[in-house]
Amino acid sequence: MTAEHLDGNALAGPLAEIFAVDVTAATGRCASCGLAGPIASLHVYGPEPGLVARCSGCEEVVLRLVRGPGVAWLDLRGAVSLRVSLPDPPDLPDLPDLPDLPG
Amino acid sequence: MAIVSRGFHGRPRAGGDRLPPGQYLVDDFPVLSAGPTPRVPTDRWEFVIDTESGQTHRWSWQDLMALPSQTPTVDIHCVTRWSKLDTTWEGVSLDVLFEDVETAADYALVHSYGGYTTNLPLEELLDGKAWIAHRFDGEELAPVHGGPARLLVPHLYLWKSAKWVRGIRLLNEDWPGFWETAGYHNFGDPWLEQRYEDD
Repeated sequence: MTAEHLDGNALAGPLAEIFAVDVTAATGRCASCGLAGPIASLHVYGPEPGLVARCSGCEEVVLRLVRGPGVAWLDLRGAVSLRVSLPDPPDLPDLPDLPDLPG
Repeated sequence: MAIVSRGFHGRPRAGGDRLPPGQYLVDDFPVLSAGPTPRVPTDRWEFVIDTESGQTHRWSWQDLMALPSQTPTVDIHCVTRWSKLDTTWEGVSLDVLFEDVETAADYALVHSYGGYTTNLPLEELLDGKAWIAHRFDGEELAPVHGGPARLLVPHLYLWKSAKWVRGIRLLNEDWPGFWETAGYHNFGDPWLEQRYEDD
């Protein structure tokens, strides 16, 4: 980490306003170079005018978050995917058999 | 005993009528960054204007230094609410750079070393309203403030004054830039407080 940027843990609070899970623990894959790693490892610039999180490998933008009054804009186009660890979903009740369709 | 009323004038606002709504004055020069500071040596620096018909106009640093420069003193306003009055710059007017550029385009997409972009109508860059600035406060423009050269468009919020400017693409259609695609206003007039896209 240099004095110029923060690490991705700085995203934890702002992203907690939007997501129900801690996204900084998720694994993101950079759309530019393919590097995968925890969101917490991104290089974060800001917070003003907005948070800009860059890949620690290639410095391309992975995530941007702008917070305005009563609104937030989240841009994830620099991320191919987010892998989020979750507990198994609760067992769902069995669905009733569907009636045979005519024809 | 005389009763003196000062009336309901309130306290005069620092900056007076030169301060747009919602702004406060600073004496320092805050640095806001969306990425690492590019370090561009002037012997590898160039500035290009690409027209909508595919023509490219190119200037080296030496070319830029050989052009007539101006020394505007202007007020600057950041969307994060700070304003700085009477800033002194030296730079080349965009009118000079556009002298030999044939275009009918309405829009400009400014791009920078480091990948930053910002968009504005071409007319906002002409008629004495914008410069490629390479000196600030009597010194070479520091890299953290956009050196070796930045765009200076002081009548709009400062995110339009792209640091580390590399070129301008002229377009028939508007193409939103870095902050303009992330919630910030497409035009950014500080006097109309056009901060976010719905303002």
